[in-house]
Amino acid sequence: MEAMLGEYLPILIFLGIAIGLSAVIVAASWVAGPNNPDAEKLSAYECGFEPFSDSRKQFDVRFYLVSILFIIFDLEVAFLFPWAITLGDIGVYGFWSMMVFLGVLTVGFVYEWKKGALEWE
Amino acid sequence: MILAALAFYLFAAIAVAAGAMVIGARNPVHSVLYLILAFFNAAGLFVLLGAEFIAMILVIVYVGAVAVLFLFVVMMLDINFAEFRQGFHQYLPVGGLIGLILLVELLLVVAGWNLDPDMLSLAAAPTPAEITNTHAIGQVLYTRYIYLFQAAGLILLVAMIGAIVLTLRARTGVRRQSIAAQLARTRAEAVELRKVAPRQGI
Repeated sequence: MEAMLGEYLPILIFLGIAIGLSAVIVAASWVAGPNNPDAEKLSAYECGFEPFSDSRKQFDVRFYLVSILFIIFDLEVAFLFPWAITLGDIGVYGFWSMMVFLGVLTVGFVYEWKKGALEWE
Repeated sequence: MILAALAFYLFAAIAVAAGAMVIGARNPVHSVLYLILAFFNAAGLFVLLGAEFIAMILVIVYVGAVAVLFLFVVMMLDINFAEFRQGFHQYLPVGGLIGLILLVELLLVVAGWNLDPDMLSLAAAPTPAEITNTHAIGQVLYTRYIYLFQAAGLILLVAMIGAIVLTLRARTGVRRQSIAAQLARTRAEAVELRKVAPRQGI
């Protein structure tokens, strides 16, 4: 436990440096940079144009479908990691246990493919 | 060990603060970003507990996937923020009552919770020292807990089919490319040669 946490010490130091450095950079530019906006500075500049509509528009539910399918296969892969490193210990039973699990999800994958959920049109 | 304690208080404090900001932020997109921060800190707490695998899965699945899903939902809802806040005082009594009931129920559950004394010794030594956390999970998950594992697979299948059934609708008027139909065309139906007399059209 102690040794395991010791291995994470560089990551903690890295996190501390990253947070400290980014805070210093943001604070320095906030303190040192001149900031006197006017209407012209804040307007859309030369080659830009005024936005046509609000960016909080509803968009296609299809993006949601793609991301939820991604999460499901993401979880499937997450189950594969402990299985892969302990395959020598858990033997044939563990191997076929995972094959049945993958088979169930492959049924879903075939359904999804045939249904056309992966096509964008 | 003092460093581990400091890290615990740092992660716990940031997680609680981020959790408060999730419900306190005015902009729902900011709420989701605070939720991601809370997930990261929960992953840090799992590492401190010795549950490395769960910590990494938390980062991959929750931060990488679930948070993006929440972001999609928030952006898809088409929320008018000004309108969203209007009914606050009107709904405050009902919402406060429901919150109070939930709080009382949670307190009753936690107060009436009897921990098995054997459990405490298990919590002190979560995994055998000589194998890694991921090994320890792998050795029991696929054999001893096979029914739960297969049930997880079935739940994922139901989620997949449910998402497709709920969101997929066939669109009319979309012309798809059909490679089979393109390749099956013959010369006879695609090209026609005609003799054209001079000064006359076809």
